[in-house]
Amino acid sequence: MTRAALLVLADGRFPAGGHAHSGGAEAAVKAGRITGAASLEEFCRGRLHTTGLVSASLAAAAALGLDPVSLDEAADARTPSPALRTAARRLGRQLMRAARAAWPHPELDALAQRFPKGSHQPVVLGLTARAAGLGPADAAYCSAYESVSGPATATVRLLSLDPFDATAGLARLADDIDRVATAAAEAAARAVTEGVDSLPAASAPLLEVGAEAHAAWAVRLFAS
Amino acid sequence: MTAGVRSTARITASDDGRGGTCLPVLDGEGSLALRRIRSTGPDARVMLVGAMSGPLGGDHMSVEAHATAGARLRIGSVAATIALPGQAKGEARYDVRLTVDDGAELHWLPEQLISACESDLRVTTRVELAPGARLVLREEQVLGRTAEEPGRLTSRLTVHRAGRPLLDQELACGPGAPGGWDGPAVLGGHRALGQLVVVKPEFEKDRPPPALLGENAALTPLAGPAVLVTALASDALRLRGTLDDALRRLA
Repeated sequence: MTRAALLVLADGRFPAGGHAHSGGAEAAVKAGRITGAASLEEFCRGRLHTTGLVSASLAAAAALGLDPVSLDEAADARTPSPALRTAARRLGRQLMRAARAAWPHPELDALAQRFPKGSHQPVVLGLTARAAGLGPADAAYCSAYESVSGPATATVRLLSLDPFDATAGLARLADDIDRVATAAAEAAARAVTEGVDSLPAASAPLLEVGAEAHAAWAVRLFAS
Repeated sequence: MTAGVRSTARITASDDGRGGTCLPVLDGEGSLALRRIRSTGPDARVMLVGAMSGPLGGDHMSVEAHATAGARLRIGSVAATIALPGQAKGEARYDVRLTVDDGAELHWLPEQLISACESDLRVTTRVELAPGARLVLREEQVLGRTAEEPGRLTSRLTVHRAGRPLLDQELACGPGAPGGWDGPAVLGGHRALGQLVVVKPEFEKDRPPPALLGENAALTPLAGPAVLVTALASDALRLRGTLDDALRRLA
């Protein structure tokens, strides 16, 4: 195992297609819920503790070796919005391509074969971490950070926000990211004995509703 | 300092063999009383009656309802449930367990749950559906009485069908909830939120398409023969209006 693999995987330039998604920020900007650096930070904090925690737990569980098919089903049950399920599978498929090139592994091949249209992105992320020799906590950190870095970067473009302000907001979220990643890794460890159902299911109603509104737009900058 | 009240209600509904539904089990104890009310159709109708105020801190309420093959059961409540702070330390719990067998139908349509200032309540609702079961379930949460800060409320809704997860959603809000709960990703200042779940085997072939129901509500087909309506509103009355409209659309 090499720690640097985590940097490769978590790098925003890792070619997994994440840059095309705003994590709900585009819908929130349009609805007037994100108007600047302060509301962006609050948006990211809420996303981190809800879908961020769920994603990080799924990723940690997959990295730990729990059955990825059960985890994919758990992800479906935790994602009522069909627009978000589609986005998660599309992102999963793109990540899978990059992952198989970077860290070839029979478990990645098996998952790709089982879900030709893509498994949920956090499940693929966790299995990618496993293929790269990383642990569940690494996968959880990677997923938790992604849950806020995506919306922050997107909002810089959407609102022409000062990137220094957006990044300062991410830095202020570091303690929260620590807590969420730790909770996710603990939840994954519990799921080994208590089952996949015991994983967190924290939801964000405005993200679900906003995603459906966003999917209906004729023109948009981001895919989700 | 007093210990909390333990309240349990148990309902079993069965096909009575004459085109109707009978209730071989209808037991309430503690703060939960049950009353059967008249029905003009083939279903049995039961109302939950809160016999004490609360739940208060430390109380533990549970409802277990089982609709066996062919039964049609409709459960409502006579009034909103208000979570209040109590003398006993710790959170109150409210656990709902619903089981619906093949060919049975259950409607769970209680009045709102109101989270009063300084209350602390954890709600879990678990539904086990057979592949041929039908469900209509509504949950409404109101955060604080009029112009009041909400208490702490955590509510998890889990629906399994044929032993597999169909829907799993938890919402935590109020003082002490994880950060951002009232922010632009989660509730955005709304004080009433609701979910309506409709599961029926016919949706296997023909599921309603996703739809927006106004600015802050959406109808979403799940990854199984079910739809979820998620709604946010400024108050309980507007929330009920949105969910009633959705229910008519799905009936």
